[in-house]
Amino acid sequence: MGMHILARRALLAAPLLLAGRPARAAERLQFDDLYGGWTVTGLVFSDRAKALAGQRATMSGFMAPPLKAEADFFVLTRDPLSMCPFCSSDAEWPPDVVVAYLKREAQPTAPNEVIEVTGTLELGSWTDPGTGFVSQARLRGAAFRVT
Amino acid sequence: MRAAVIGLVTALLVSGSAGAQVVYPLDRAEILAGSRFDLKVEFPAVADPARVRVTVNGQDHAAANGVFGGRAAEFTAREDGKDTSALMLRGASIAQPGTYAVTATDGDRTATVTWQVYAAPQPRRAKNVILMIGDGMAMANVTAARLLYGQMTEGRYRRTLAMDGLPAMATVGTSGTDSIVTDSANSASAYNTGHKSAVNALGVYASRSAGTLDHPKVVTLGEIVRRQLGMSVGIVTNTEIQDATPAGVFAHTRRRADYIPITDQMLAFAPEVAMGGGSASFLPQSTPGSRRRDEKDMIAAFKERGYLFADTAAALSVAADPGTRRMLGLFNLGNMDGALDRFYLKKGTVRRFPEQPDLTEQVSAALQVLERNPAGFYLMIESGLIDKFNHPLDWERSVYDTIMLDRTLKVVLDWAGDRNDTLVIVVPDHTHGVGIVGTVRDEVQAEQMRDKVSVYADAGFPNYPPPDARGYPPSVDVSRRLAMFYASFPDYYESYRPNLDGPRVPAVRSGASGPFVANERGNVAGAQLRLGNLPRDAEQGVHSMDDALLRAVGPGSDRLHGFVDNTFVFRAMAEALGLGRQ
Repeated sequence: MGMHILARRALLAAPLLLAGRPARAAERLQFDDLYGGWTVTGLVFSDRAKALAGQRATMSGFMAPPLKAEADFFVLTRDPLSMCPFCSSDAEWPPDVVVAYLKREAQPTAPNEVIEVTGTLELGSWTDPGTGFVSQARLRGAAFRVT
Repeated sequence: MRAAVIGLVTALLVSGSAGAQVVYPLDRAEILAGSRFDLKVEFPAVADPARVRVTVNGQDHAAANGVFGGRAAEFTAREDGKDTSALMLRGASIAQPGTYAVTATDGDRTATVTWQVYAAPQPRRAKNVILMIGDGMAMANVTAARLLYGQMTEGRYRRTLAMDGLPAMATVGTSGTDSIVTDSANSASAYNTGHKSAVNALGVYASRSAGTLDHPKVVTLGEIVRRQLGMSVGIVTNTEIQDATPAGVFAHTRRRADYIPITDQMLAFAPEVAMGGGSASFLPQSTPGSRRRDEKDMIAAFKERGYLFADTAAALSVAADPGTRRMLGLFNLGNMDGALDRFYLKKGTVRRFPEQPDLTEQVSAALQVLERNPAGFYLMIESGLIDKFNHPLDWERSVYDTIMLDRTLKVVLDWAGDRNDTLVIVVPDHTHGVGIVGTVRDEVQAEQMRDKVSVYADAGFPNYPPPDARGYPPSVDVSRRLAMFYASFPDYYESYRPNLDGPRVPAVRSGASGPFVANERGNVAGAQLRLGNLPRDAEQGVHSMDDALLRAVGPGSDRLHGFVDNTFVFRAMAEALGLGRQ
């Protein structure tokens, strides 16, 4: 079984290396820096996130289990997430997820692998027309790599 | 012999398998007299309405002088567009206690179920009912809580838990209509409706309906006591307020994960007090942190209905205002944090939401508001994180929240004093397989942590510090700690130590759809990889069928002894309130 998983991981990882590298100019943004205020009545974007909006930014996190094997977007989470936010219920997905829209389709990484995503930071409520998924923060034109 | 054969045929016909003819409520349902339920008959094919007939004790169900007061079930030829017919009578009830045989036929096939309709044998004895649920609270959770709270010397506890002093005790069976092992939705539903249903179902029978909100409903105790007795209803939890156990007080859905409909149903039900986490489902979708898919501002909607809103522990003080009759308290976007994180480790979301109250404070405020109703109240209190932490095999956190439940019971008992008008029940909704087998002693010289597990005479006693004024040992990071192990688990790393960095995630999925494997974050020094005994699609430990231990005090608690089914907890509460009598 161990061999099988290793082989599978190697196969999954291979195309990711081709998926692109973060541009050097991108500013690094931590999950903890995305929101400056956490309140019961909502999250408030940090000044740093607001300053970076519209610019290239790099965020580290985990790829949530995606909707399908190859997709041009996925959900980036602060901590590994075991269920798929698209297919699961209203319940129990974290409020501070970031949606990454990729420049090109890519295969998913393992949910416990740390990835680094670079894209243009976009803030504000937006409903994905394909899935109905509502997000507050996005990385557009993104590429990612396993760290 | 002939009766036995007929019984067998009936049993085959009413079994829940696909294609069978099914009557809801199911066979052997126990129904409170006068309480509302939806009668549904599912036919295995398209039926001819001219040949369809439903009788109650031999009389047509729609007879003018019949049990349903002349109301006829509505026939749907093709339910959900499929080639199967159904009959539904919404909001039925039976006023007279007794035995009712309901027979449904489509002309070819016949199914019969028998219901027992009961009423309280004596007038109302309890003014108030408080149901306290330790979600997923296993016996080992209680024992460990007693040990950490009460301390032990030479085999004797220095003090015991508040729940240990309750006079009535019973073991509770929690199985559902679909399975021996159930979940919090079905279990909360049994306590709140007196009907058994299936995993994930709240206030409904799990029928064939396609829509999660279309299934045959059964009324909840909260709905009954408000309507019939003018009582107030309170719901207090430390999980999201939409989670299964709190939702069981009012919700009707086949799918417990329907958080948005459940939030909307809560507004419609309008409990006098609702407190917990889960504000994410109240916020309009354009607000960061929202989980809604519409622009409804549900906090504003509650305020419009006269609710005072509290979002911090300090804001709970509005409960003291004599004019406060309705109160909504939301203290976290998601689940609230547990006692170990809130008071000592500051992990989880404690730094983000530093002003969360704890369950004792929530309940004190709830009691202040609820006791203003001279007609009494029904209050459901849940210490919900016991289960949330048992699932990821995080026993320390689950035990701290067991102590939290007990400290909250102390608040309730102090409030109840010697008034003797309040039935208080403390009960798990289901259990987890977990046991204390000894201690883990760092002083043992060994390379592998498992060799530090000490059993029998070697175990001795743990050296947790004495509890502080709150009732919890201020540290779990001690050199001689409990060896407490779970019976069901995915692959995970057993560290034999508390998770001081925050709640544990034992297993994560490998690849996009691969099996769950041990979370490498748990691979700390000395940790041991344990290969799971659950299917590899299990990400965490699971509930057990083991009996739950109930304790109770107050008028009506004498009904609870020996072994009871979870539906009987509803019956005991209904009887204490004198419900079902003409």
